[in-house]
Amino acid sequence: MSGLQLKNPVLRWIEYRLPIFSFLDHSLGSSYPSPRNLSYWWNFGSLAGIALVIMIVSGITLAMQYTPHVDYAFDSVQRIDRDVNFGWLIRDIHVNTSFFFFIVVYIHVFRGLYYGSYKAPRELLWMLGLVILILMMATAFMGYVLPWGQMSFWGATVITNFFTAIPIVGDSITTWLWGGPAVDNATLNRFFSLHYLFPFLIVGVVILHIWALHRFGSNNPLGIDTKGPQDSIPFHPYYTVKDLFGLGVFLTFLALVIFFFPDSMGEPENYIEANPLSTPAHIVPEWYFLPFYAILRAVTFDFLWIIDAKLGGVILMFGSIIILFFLPWLDRSPVRSSAFRPYHKWFFWILVLDCFVLGWVGANAPDAEFHGVPFVIIGQVATAYYFAHFLVILPLLGIFERPKPLPASISEPVLSGGGMAAGAAAKPMEKA
Amino acid sequence: MNRLFALGLTALLGLGSGAAQAAEGVAIPSHSWSFSGLFGTFDRAQLQRGFQVYREVCSSCHSIKYISFRNFLDLGYTPDEIKALAAEYTVMDGPNDDGEMFERPAIPADRFPLAFPNEQAARAANNGAYPPDLSLMTKARKSGPDYNYALMIGYPEEPPADVELMDGMYYNDYFPGHQIAMPAPLSEDIVEYADGTAATVEQMAEDVTAFLMWTAEPNLETRKSMGVTVILFLLVLTGVLFAAKKKIWSDLH
Ligand code: HEC
Ligand code: HEM
Repeated sequence: MSGLQLKNPVLRWIEYRLPIFSFLDHSLGSSYPSPRNLSYWWNFGSLAGIALVIMIVSGITLAMQYTPHVDYAFDSVQRIDRDVNFGWLIRDIHVNTSFFFFIVVYIHVFRGLYYGSYKAPRELLWMLGLVILILMMATAFMGYVLPWGQMSFWGATVITNFFTAIPIVGDSITTWLWGGPAVDNATLNRFFSLHYLFPFLIVGVVILHIWALHRFGSNNPLGIDTKGPQDSIPFHPYYTVKDLFGLGVFLTFLALVIFFFPDSMGEPENYIEANPLSTPAHIVPEWYFLPFYAILRAVTFDFLWIIDAKLGGVILMFGSIIILFFLPWLDRSPVRSSAFRPYHKWFFWILVLDCFVLGWVGANAPDAEFHGVPFVIIGQVATAYYFAHFLVILPLLGIFERPKPLPASISEPVLSGGGMAAGAAAKPMEKA
Repeated sequence: MNRLFALGLTALLGLGSGAAQAAEGVAIPSHSWSFSGLFGTFDRAQLQRGFQVYREVCSSCHSIKYISFRNFLDLGYTPDEIKALAAEYTVMDGPNDDGEMFERPAIPADRFPLAFPNEQAARAANNGAYPPDLSLMTKARKSGPDYNYALMIGYPEEPPADVELMDGMYYNDYFPGHQIAMPAPLSEDIVEYADGTAATVEQMAEDVTAFLMWTAEPNLETRKSMGVTVILFLLVLTGVLFAAKKKIWSDLH
């Protein structure tokens, strides 16, 4: 992992004044040592980065033809689809990449959950990731309003209406968000403005995220620190080529959807122009919000006189993400990787299942029933479990779970008797 | 509050959104289409027949507001045929130098004329019901083309005995709630196909649906054929990258 040797005199001239080439080399090049055992689950960060770039490029292009006005927005989108050269393609790319972006980021987050990547010394890296997630959700929510279809309008109305639940200032906040007495032209305009701004905030936080990542380098499937040069390989060419291969697979799936199933993840209702006088029977947000939507609607009772059901739902919905900020301290286990945590491994998969259940509940009307059980009940149980996982199960596991012996190092994987006893492994995060 | 108001209003006027209800409607039988599947394409002759059905039947109530005459080039008409077709319609233009609006024959660049100048006029002519614009109809309903086809052929001779139809409503097997304000639009030989195809209800329903799939997505064929090329390219690229990855990693162990 020697330093960068530049042969080209022009590059050397630049490098002397602005050491950008060695910066890149240390960030993504052969001078950035990475654990040698990263699995394909570590591809998703770079995929998210590329998805972000695709979103920004396609989005800026769309903005050149889009009109943020209630009377013209829907028609301008049709114009893009029909009359702008390859406009349909740009729009299909933007819309479907947003779905893939969420899939990729959710996998990325659950990878972190499974391998304990949020633990010391990567707590800030994790928290910056959560900030990105929140910004992404805000961006996607506002973006969905822009085509001004029925779901755009009614989704925006229902979701922003929840802010009225905030005591005392709720109504003023909601009016302030709307820019008027209802979701209308002012709302559409500001959402467009912010939808254009937020991705660049995301870029900023991603830079911090990567900066924090490079402080200690990637965690790895074993969850133990690299102990020396034998444990790591240079990022370039090993991980650059691996990330590129992952990108190829990603793009293939993405293209399959863009070209052959472009409407598969959208709502037919959004092909009808927004009409404030006609409420759709089913108002559902985009699928990637469904688990949160289920949590939002799970609270059907008032709590302690001061928190009514609506506010309770809002608190829990935001709480479901806020709680993740405390994860590094809720999970007291000294072992990162679930590969060595016999119980956590199972609870992890139950949590994944729980999130799918929440998504399924979110897609159904609360008063609908599944084999006689109302969905709202299923949603309440799944919501309770979600919070119990973080507030009860994880802290208890930290006390009662006996981790399996950890391997001595990455380059000599665990051999019978070769590992440390779990008790002695209480200090695997020496950099903390 | 707003929403409640809107809800109340819609209930009052009985203007429930069909789309939303379609979600809970009866199961829609699936139909095979020339344009479905990875390599599906439109059948030009069918599109032209479908256009004829639209023009002679549906267009008295429904618009296709996103379609211009020039778009019909896609259906296989020649520029001259389109010019002649457009000239059969008059459109409002202006103001001219005297500040007057005036009527003139349509040209290919004009939009296909609307069935009614506005929603109020459409409702007034249809017993208070609104015939929605059909440009995007096959995309605006779950299982769009199948639904549209089913809707067209879903008018039984007599409604089931136990059903009491509301005033001005007709029974349809597939419309959510079964009571629709549109009378059965198609009947045997209501059009006489230029190409001699027998104009059965099923045939016309299929043709007009294919036409409406085209109005909803005129780029469908470009999209699919481009997709095949892109996917093939990406498969090769991914294969090469996989080989490169294997090669580069092979010196590690
Ligand atoms: C006499 C006027 C009239 C004609 C002709 C007519 N329709 Fe309609 N159509 C209506 C009305 C009115 C509605 C609204 C029905 C309702 O909401 O109950 C409607 C609704 C529809 C719908 C929407 C159903 C839904 O799910 O909401 C479709 C699709 C449709 N028509 C297709 C057609 C086609 C295709 C033709 C030509 C073959 C046609 N219509 C001819 C009056 C008409
Ligand atoms: C725009 C969205 C995001 C981008 C572009 C991004 C980018 C990256 C990249 C390139 C890496 C290194 C490669 C990898 O480990 O996969 C990484 C690591 C990481 N990311 Fe993200 N990320 C995003 C969102 C998130 C979110 C939402 C979270 C969590 C809430 C998160 C948490 C982490 C953690 C904990 C690591 C270190 C993983 C490890 O070393 O094991 N990231 N991120």
